[in-house]
Amino acid sequence: MATPLALRVVEANFVSYKRVWKGTAVSSFLNPVLYLAAMGLGLGTLVDDTAAATSLGADSYLEYLAPGMLIANSMIIAAFESSWPMMSAIKWLKTYQAALATPVGIAGLVGGHFIWIAIRLLLVSVVFVGVMLAFGAAGLGDGVALVIPAVFVGLAMAGPISAFTATRQTEQGLVMLFRFGITPMFLFSGTFFPISQLPGWIQPFAYVTPMWHGVEVARRMAIGTATTLPIWQHFVYLMVLFAVGAWLTVKYLRRRILP
Amino acid sequence: MCLLVTAALVTAERLTKHFDDFVAVDGIDFEVREGEVFGFLGPNGAGKSSTMRMIGSVSPVTSGTLRVLGYDPNTEGRALRARLGVVPQEDSLDLELTVEENLTIYGRYFDISRRDLAPRIDELLEFAQLTDRRTDRTEPLSGGMKRRLTIARGLINRPDLLLLDEPTTGLDPQARHILWDRLYRLKQDGVTQIITTHYMDEAEQLCDRLVIMDRGKIVAEGSPRNLIAEHAPREVLELRFPVGVQDGIVDQLEGVASRQEALADRVLLYTEDADASMNAVTARGLVPEQTLVRRSTLEDVFLKLTGRTLVD
Repeated sequence: MATPLALRVVEANFVSYKRVWKGTAVSSFLNPVLYLAAMGLGLGTLVDDTAAATSLGADSYLEYLAPGMLIANSMIIAAFESSWPMMSAIKWLKTYQAALATPVGIAGLVGGHFIWIAIRLLLVSVVFVGVMLAFGAAGLGDGVALVIPAVFVGLAMAGPISAFTATRQTEQGLVMLFRFGITPMFLFSGTFFPISQLPGWIQPFAYVTPMWHGVEVARRMAIGTATTLPIWQHFVYLMVLFAVGAWLTVKYLRRRILP
Repeated sequence: MCLLVTAALVTAERLTKHFDDFVAVDGIDFEVREGEVFGFLGPNGAGKSSTMRMIGSVSPVTSGTLRVLGYDPNTEGRALRARLGVVPQEDSLDLELTVEENLTIYGRYFDISRRDLAPRIDELLEFAQLTDRRTDRTEPLSGGMKRRLTIARGLINRPDLLLLDEPTTGLDPQARHILWDRLYRLKQDGVTQIITTHYMDEAEQLCDRLVIMDRGKIVAEGSPRNLIAEHAPREVLELRFPVGVQDGIVDQLEGVASRQEALADRVLLYTEDADASMNAVTARGLVPEQTLVRRSTLEDVFLKLTGRTLVD
């Protein structure tokens, strides 16, 4: 039986990944350790547990921070995977051009790209949750379930950013994206503090980010804080972002490399 | 004696490609037969690569008909690409990966099982003279080695038709000759090839038949030998005069050869007998700084048909 086209692309990604997996394994372990230690335990000592309980709804700042950090981590990895490596495949190495000369085709190429990102997100999130458990920042059952919003947020980022990357002629746009898009999203989407602390006019910007929706869901799953919308609506929003992004990615890539 | 009528693997009729208002390929007709090496010769921008991309089903046909291996590239691209081998103008190798990994990934795109890939890769590395570089990273390989690897990659699925877009552009002369030798071996093995090139020596060396393209149109078609015989006298006498003098001399050369072309730095005289023409030049009291006698080439054919040189 023929291997589905997208899975042939995923397999190619695995072959490439074998070269770098040790480095990424170390960083996917070290990132949560460093952040949870520095912010959760270090900075967290300044937030006393009563304050955490009343204003954040958590037993400690660490408990409040950890689910947000998990989502932020997933968001950044997805943003990276759908920008620089894709730009390279389109423009620098032109490996997309090579793949399109085979039966794989554009749907297989894009499908494989997103499946691969989902796998990467799953792996880093599992490691992250492991670290959370070690820090006592989540219970086992809740922790494992947290992987689900983490992967969804990542895909909701990967879809639109892949489409954006497909339209870029130079890496300048990607630099701008990280400077003015990803970094503010990381800081102001509810990871470190509730967005109710932000000036009112900024809050709507947070509401449209996939990250804020993910953090809402993850925090509810981890520490039971109320979500702004019903959980399913947050998920639908994330899925729509992904679907629209994936559709545009196919459209823009086709226009660009199959003129 | 038995006359074999070989099947046409590619048939194009009034094949046309537009990019918005720009007409890249302007209603061309051609046929590529099984077992032959067919060339598209022409300068940059002539429409060669656009034609190649349509044949390879990575660029939709605007109008006209194109059949490749019996398929319509616009609607049956996937089935067609499974049977094509493609060597694009740029190597498009994954430079981070090893030589072998590049072949493995590509083989998997064609869904060739790992078990079948192993012996195929051995064979192709041998063919590309890269066996001892098998586990090396691709990035530091020389341009010629990368090109041979790209050709090996294009052969991984034992294609019925191999498309080579500018196979030796950018390579040094030695690397080109090694590559030509490899392509010649493929031809001996019966692999049908379509080659684009803007090098007339490459077209002469490799192609059984070729078309000369200019501005999206085919201006001549035939074997290299026939094209030269048909469009250019046997010999060319190249004369170089001191800077600034040439313009005044061109008129005085009238009649010493059957045709003449004044280029920026030299005058070309087309003649059946270069010695006789040279004698005629000196008899008129003209003393070139340098003279060169050579055989006519496809370059001369191109110059005659378009009034321009192939490589500017």
